Amino acid sequence: MDVEILSRIQFAFTVAFHYIYPPLSIGLGLIMVVFESMYLRTKKKEYEVLAKFWTKIFAITFGIGVVTGIVMEFEFGTNWATYSRYVGDIFGSALAAEGIFAFALESSALGILLFGWNRVKPWVHLVATWAVFLGSMFSAVWIVVANSWQQTPAGYHIVGEGMQARAEIVDFWAMVFNPSSVDRLTHVWLGAFLAGTFLILSVHAYYILRGRYVVLSKKAFKITLIVAAVCSLAQLFTGHSSAEGVSENQPAKLAAMEGHFEAEAPADLYLLGWVNKENKETTGLKIPGGLSFMLDQDFETPVTGLNAFPEEDQPSQVNAIFQLYHLMVAIGMFLIALSLFALWQWKRGKLFEKKWLLWTFVFTALLPQLANQFGWFTAELGRQPWVVYGLLRTSDALSKSVQANQVLFSLILFFIVYFILFLLFVYLMNKKIQSGPSSDIDFDQGSLNEEIAEVVSKK
Amino acid sequence: METFLGLDYPTWWFLVVGGLFSGYAILDGFDFGAGAWHMFFRKDSSRETALKAIDPTWHGNEVWLVIGGGTLFAGFPVFYGTLFSAMYTPFILFLLFIIFRGISIKFRNMEDMPWWRKMWDWGYSISSIMLAVLLGVVLGNILNGMPLDENYEYVGRGFFEFLNPFSILVGVTSLALFMMHGAIYLLLKTEGKLYNRIQGFLKIGMAFFILSYIVTTTYGFFQVEHLLTVFEENKILFAVPFLVFLSIANVPRLASKKQYGWAFIFTSLTIALLLVIVAFELYPRLLLSNSIQDNSITIYNAAASTKTLKIMMGFVAVGGPLVLLYSYVVYRTFWGKVKSDVESY
Repeated sequence: MDVEILSRIQFAFTVAFHYIYPPLSIGLGLIMVVFESMYLRTKKKEYEVLAKFWTKIFAITFGIGVVTGIVMEFEFGTNWATYSRYVGDIFGSALAAEGIFAFALESSALGILLFGWNRVKPWVHLVATWAVFLGSMFSAVWIVVANSWQQTPAGYHIVGEGMQARAEIVDFWAMVFNPSSVDRLTHVWLGAFLAGTFLILSVHAYYILRGRYVVLSKKAFKITLIVAAVCSLAQLFTGHSSAEGVSENQPAKLAAMEGHFEAEAPADLYLLGWVNKENKETTGLKIPGGLSFMLDQDFETPVTGLNAFPEEDQPSQVNAIFQLYHLMVAIGMFLIALSLFALWQWKRGKLFEKKWLLWTFVFTALLPQLANQFGWFTAELGRQPWVVYGLLRTSDALSKSVQANQVLFSLILFFIVYFILFLLFVYLMNKKIQSGPSSDIDFDQGSLNEEIAEVVSKK
Repeated sequence: METFLGLDYPTWWFLVVGGLFSGYAILDGFDFGAGAWHMFFRKDSSRETALKAIDPTWHGNEVWLVIGGGTLFAGFPVFYGTLFSAMYTPFILFLLFIIFRGISIKFRNMEDMPWWRKMWDWGYSISSIMLAVLLGVVLGNILNGMPLDENYEYVGRGFFEFLNPFSILVGVTSLALFMMHGAIYLLLKTEGKLYNRIQGFLKIGMAFFILSYIVTTTYGFFQVEHLLTVFEENKILFAVPFLVFLSIANVPRLASKKQYGWAFIFTSLTIALLLVIVAFELYPRLLLSNSIQDNSITIYNAAASTKTLKIMMGFVAVGGPLVLLYSYVVYRTFWGKVKSDVESY
């Protein structure tokens, strides 16, 4: 294998692995802020216990997120030196801003979040929790801005030629708010909220099924369910808006996502299917003209297809893009259906009576994670063969001085280390979940009495 | 070229990046130093205390690496690309040790089995040592220079070329410096028997540093000739090594009086001053091409556009004080000796 494919595998592998963790941290952070705020407001111990319990889980995801994230920052230099020189002005600025304005905030406040429970006043601790959560949200802003600029470059001009060519900032805000930034940022944020909330739902559903911390878990489940339902619905809109953006700015990517070949023709919307790139045809279950309708509310509107682009400007993995994209959408739809169904059951007072529903929630924790991965693979494979869309090809972006055997060596090391890291992550998560929110007060009893008192007083 | 307060923007950015990496060396320096001593503590409880001494703050310290890396990328993209791709394998190892060290700290206290804790203790200590040495090796190679072509691409023989005697000596010196620095930090955070033991470590640490510093300087003096040029051209610059000498001399003096707070300030100052020497050695170069001098990377041919540098000066002006404020708040919160009430995760 050559340096290019090895470097691409390494980058994809390290960034995909990294991306298991930050969305969890962002999503868990959101709910931790909710629990801790409710504790300060109501002074009910159960919210404190929930906040502390989820902080323990958060500690694991955040820690792995940070160390695997540092790898990403320096991999641009190690494996993609030409790219780094080309985009340093722009991409580097976004990374620097991320460090200064986001990462510094979250990492510093983390110390207080984890170790400050007995050291600072409760409201100061809440401020620290907010700081960690907001810091992680800001991190997402700058990282998504940097990546979006690769997808839809704006606010720049090119200086120099050949090996010395570089993109320089002309208009900073145009670069930050490039055409895809906002759509992609909201999509990423919501994806992160979904990853976090569905993990919380999963764990508390599990406790309820096992008859542990039942009252505590029911409370946590209901609060989180509301957030999850809102996010899964909202994700539909940001997703749609993103797709419209892609059709405008990266038509080749959209064509690959729907397996649409004809240069100028109404495009179908596939529910599922298979793309044969050689024969330039897509087969499957489809709504004829569906994509045209989605984009323009008219089944006849022509959509630019892959054939409109020279072979060397088309993404090579069309079927993979098609499949991953469709899987992501399917998961999104499933999450909406599941959370709405659960809300309906709640309204009927039967939310916790259906075992199958709770078990579904237990396993659904994996789905937003998969959707996040599939979505990013769609976005990044769909950007190929460009590393900066329309400006710099991936094959031109490599480090000229790095040899294939060096990358192979580092790739193997990353495989080994990340494999061990993943095993440890699963082991420790399981351990923390099994040992549960430790507490010396019997909440189930206490809260149960409260609920009985409520019922009695109503009568 | 446009200037600001009499200095051009690439020079300003050189100072910013230098300042950030000095901050990083001072802050993560004591983390690495504490880690390097870790296996010299025999009891599990001592190791736990030593780990708790750095646990609430090491994340905040690594922020400086992340910001340093980002500002280097944005401000001197040419240098960033060349340095990291040239020293590919050392940097990959650096990243893997960063991971190893981070997870060792995180996972050690999550289980009670002695073998589990011991395993992560080793992981923590070895990775701390390796990180300190690798940082020094990188610095040594930057001082040494490397062969570059006209596109500023590295054209040398790779990994083993970077393990030259001078760079290894700088690596060992970094380790020694951080061990001295880290021992003092631990003294500020511990009490009782452990404290007494670390006092002994500090003596060894100081001797180790002074010895390796003398050897490295002497070797550099005779073997890496271009290091002397800047001092020969500007005799006044000899003031800096003299200040380094004074700063180092203060450490044993203050240690003997048990004024470890002050001693810590002087080890920090020593790190900063040594990096000032590095800055004088380099400026306005960033990476010497020791094959064809004209291919050297300077702050001018490596710099981002003036517009970008101005924008980022704005970032630093706004964000820098914030970063310092966060650090202050966190250190203030965990000031003093390690307390047993600290939660462990």
